[in-house]
Amino acid sequence: MQQERALLVPTHGGFPDVTEYRIVSRGYTHDVPGDAAWSTPLRAGRHVTLTSLGAGANASVLLFGPDRLDRLNVPDTLKAQLSACIRPPMVLMSDRGLALASVVASTLDWHDCLTGFVREPLLVTELAKHGLGEHDLHGSVNFFSRVTPAGDERGTLTWSPGHGSEGDSVTLRTELDLLLVLSTSPHPLAPAGYEPAGVRVEVAHAPHVDAEDASVLFRPESARALEMSRRSVA
Amino acid sequence: MTDSLTAATDVDLVVQPGDGALIRVPAGGRLRIVDTEGNQAVDTLFYDADDIANRYSAFDTIREQGAVYLSTGSRLLSGRLDELAVITSDTCGRHDTVGGACAQESNAIRYGERTRHQHACRQTFLAYGAPAGIGQRELGHNINFFMNVPVDARGSLRFDDGISGPGRYVEITATRDVLALVSNCPQLNNPCNGWNPTPVQLLGRWT
Repeated sequence: MQQERALLVPTHGGFPDVTEYRIVSRGYTHDVPGDAAWSTPLRAGRHVTLTSLGAGANASVLLFGPDRLDRLNVPDTLKAQLSACIRPPMVLMSDRGLALASVVASTLDWHDCLTGFVREPLLVTELAKHGLGEHDLHGSVNFFSRVTPAGDERGTLTWSPGHGSEGDSVTLRTELDLLLVLSTSPHPLAPAGYEPAGVRVEVAHAPHVDAEDASVLFRPESARALEMSRRSVA
Repeated sequence: MTDSLTAATDVDLVVQPGDGALIRVPAGGRLRIVDTEGNQAVDTLFYDADDIANRYSAFDTIREQGAVYLSTGSRLLSGRLDELAVITSDTCGRHDTVGGACAQESNAIRYGERTRHQHACRQTFLAYGAPAGIGQRELGHNINFFMNVPVDARGSLRFDDGISGPGRYVEITATRDVLALVSNCPQLNNPCNGWNPTPVQLLGRWT
């Protein structure tokens, strides 16, 4: 694990009477081992890259908006963008119709979001650290995992072994200040005895978003959610 | 197909589009939802009546049955993997639990600002849920009875015209005492209600 590189910078040019400071983050890298849980606040305008540290990693992610009440809404995210999985350049939307994050890059074209997560005590403990609990659980994105619908009458689902490999990565751009809660437990459909790999988290400043951004251009619904996030901090 | 619920009932309620209901179904009780005119989405959440934190979980239910759609035999599970109810009769064929409920906020995203002040299911959920302590935090991802949301092997999803018809129904049997929070969907902007929301009938028999 690398140390976070942060500087304390006086906000008023270093006058002797300055008492207010802000932290300028230059980003950081943190490795979450397999079968662990972790959470972090994230400022808007960051790139968060998750990288699989071995074959078969799974990163179940929950997202909360700035007030910790608003949260990721997988059904709204899917129906607004007519998808049954998460892939670039989709926008991850909240209950309140805000863009929480955009999926800006991925080496995999499918991240599961239809089959929930293992509700193990470490994950619930991470929520408790932020004053959250069972009431706040919601549909997760299971990065690096794939569960394929057969397209039959029942909509039969099959977990796809070997979907993710070491080095696979996905990058989210935070559109608002978020709380990210992450579990590296095995995907709930993985066979018993499965040894999950760890996941590297890299946080960096995202480049400026312009009108040519792939998520803005993806669908009118994606653009509207991004616009509503802009208005929410206007 | 047995039709015993049309006679003696503990609940016999017509719910107009845009309206809702909160019904306590005791363990062993049966609740039937009748699509009176056909092609009507009925957004529904279930809660353990003794502990609303133990609520219906769409994605746990999907995973444990290994299939996206709900029909006869589907066990409606909570996030703790407790069985809240089972679908014991279904003359429609299948029901959605991926598409979620409409909200003013999601309508504005999907259909534009002009739809923001149309009534929506999550308004109904909050209004009818409040007496039971069900607020925004307690709204999980719901069932859409009679709604047709196909997903395919390429990972796409769409809202299709319904496969239900006049008089078709779905019936659940409660495994424990549950609260059923129902919103008869007022959505006008997609085919989930056949572009024309219509009333549904709720029939309950507890013994």
